[in-house]
Amino acid sequence: MSEAQPMRTSMRRVRGLGSARSGTGQFWYQRVTSVAGIPLTIGLLLIITALLGRTHAAVVQILGSPIVAIIMLLFIINTAYHMWIGMQEIILDYVHEDKWKLLSLMANTFFVFAVSLASVYAILKLSFGV
Amino acid sequence: MAELKTGVTTGAATPRPISPHLQIYRPMLTMVMSIVHRVTGAALYFGMLLLAWWLLAAASGPNAYANVEWFMGSLIGQLVLFGYTWALLHHMLGGIRHLIWDTIHGFEPAERELLTLATLIGSITLTLILWVVGYLVMGGPR
Repeated sequence: MSEAQPMRTSMRRVRGLGSARSGTGQFWYQRVTSVAGIPLTIGLLLIITALLGRTHAAVVQILGSPIVAIIMLLFIINTAYHMWIGMQEIILDYVHEDKWKLLSLMANTFFVFAVSLASVYAILKLSFGV
Repeated sequence: MAELKTGVTTGAATPRPISPHLQIYRPMLTMVMSIVHRVTGAALYFGMLLLAWWLLAAASGPNAYANVEWFMGSLIGQLVLFGYTWALLHHMLGGIRHLIWDTIHGFEPAERELLTLATLIGSITLTLILWVVGYLVMGGPR
């Protein structure tokens, strides 16, 4: 260890932003969605508590009202990105064989898109009453 | 532990040094809670199916909504929802703890133990409070 060079990351590798070519992008967005998730989760819990035991007609009316629908949409979209990054991280930690890794990464994307899009669709349908 | 020795390279079969993993360490609160954070995250991931089901049922009509209400009101449904509530609050508080650690604060031995314990006690307390409020809103158990 006579030279400091091996301890440093070369500028070329820094510019390349690692093997994913996006550097710390997902690390950062996991933090952004965590911060956003705090008030949105509190909002979700308040909304659900307020809806407990209400009739279907009342639930439809409340979920379709602008403020509630917007909070729900923000929660779903924010959570979708957060859970996609999170599950990807879990998969990359534990699944090492290429075939299963790629398949599970794809399955993660499909699941997140399907579940969140279904939820968004339901909120929009309730909001616009079609 | 012979495989941890970094000997001279004698060929392709030379075992490389490996870093110690989970089974080496005595379980500690911070470590267990780190695992719990990941487990609750994974559980919440699949729990989003419940939210989607509930919302789609509300959008579909009274009959579909009655089915969801029946399931959520059943013993299994209530257990799942109770676990879901705790997992959500625990993951949220654990997330706040990690955000504090991201600012390079709270790393002293006593501080990190306190933060970790606060996460656990906080999540259990908040879950119980929320469910008591929930039952009061509902006017008692169904």
